[in-house]
Amino acid sequence: MTAKTQRMLLVALALGAVALAALLALSALKDQAAFFYAPSDVARRAPPLDRAVRLGGMVAAGSVRRAADGVTVHFTVTDGRATTPVTYAGIVPDLFREKSGVVAEGRFKPDGGFVATNLLAKHDERYMPPQVAGAMHETKTLAQ
Amino acid sequence: MTTLHAFANPARFLKVAKPLTPVLFWAGVLLVAIGCWAGLTRTPPDYLQGETVRILYIHVPAAWLGMGGWSGIALSSIALLVWRHPLASIAARAIAPVGAAFAALCLVTGSIWGRPTWGTWWQWDGRLTAMLLLFFVYCGYVALARADAERGGDGRIPALFGIAGTVLLPVIRYSVVWWNTLHQGPSIGLTGSSIDGAILWPLPFMLIGFTAIFAAIVLMRMRTLLARAKAEARLRRMARA
Repeated sequence: MTAKTQRMLLVALALGAVALAALLALSALKDQAAFFYAPSDVARRAPPLDRAVRLGGMVAAGSVRRAADGVTVHFTVTDGRATTPVTYAGIVPDLFREKSGVVAEGRFKPDGGFVATNLLAKHDERYMPPQVAGAMHETKTLAQ
Repeated sequence: MTTLHAFANPARFLKVAKPLTPVLFWAGVLLVAIGCWAGLTRTPPDYLQGETVRILYIHVPAAWLGMGGWSGIALSSIALLVWRHPLASIAARAIAPVGAAFAALCLVTGSIWGRPTWGTWWQWDGRLTAMLLLFFVYCGYVALARADAERGGDGRIPALFGIAGTVLLPVIRYSVVWWNTLHQGPSIGLTGSSIDGAILWPLPFMLIGFTAIFAAIVLMRMRTLLARAKAEARLRRMARA
């Protein structure tokens, strides 16, 4: 084996180790790196009640209700498998709408509901002109 | 490798790089100008985000080159470690600050885009955090490569760092697929794009234009680094004489 083949082999080994490290990081950090709990995560395993967490998913169609006080909004977050009711008092982001993605920051209540202190809008990877989208803009790929 | 080995002679490399630099630079400027004009005036707004979507014409090429720059560093590092190519460490050192600048541009435009769409300038989301890490890794590489060159190193230590840093590229790419993130999934894959053609078409102009400007800056920096090495060698000879 010439010195060059030996070096080539070492570099190939190093690249293999790097790829393995990336794979391990991506799969092992899945829970820790998750930006939010999905409603089905909540259904599977009780979320912590004692600290602020994020809940993400799609705003269920027809679920947004505004309370009489004018600032409180009630809606349901769904990921297709489970749903969580959310209450939020404040200004919602421009892109907050039904059948679109949302990430709520706040706390879970013991009864399974969620009280949000801040809302972030999550949009999907599709971009299109208004005439193509028409009236529908259902988000299909948000629930992970 | 025979063609690459031909450029082991810096004089031969310079003979090609010198006329290529302005060609790449001005072609890139022209393409970016066309892309900006088309992206600002010839494409429709997005159904959901409205006019804000136009930031993608800057944000996407910046992100691709931020990651492409590190791929360049990784390839140069392999060329240095395996073939001991004399230009490899020069190329990697030339790429690093340019790649860092594009990664920073990606982070800044992403932040400006995030405020009106998501409702936040910054979140510690998997994709955003991984890209920020890549920017820091670039900064670390710049410092390490400079220190190595100043101590008369042969560039092998920064090359190892260059290969190790590659771990971030798949993490950035798949963070939005494997993890729950605020950032949306990939729009452009090998099989197609989820961006409507009416919005998508100026993007290739911007991508190729940004890449040409990136390459022109890298060639310019390589020529500077070669000239500096030559000047230092001459000064050392004069000091001995």
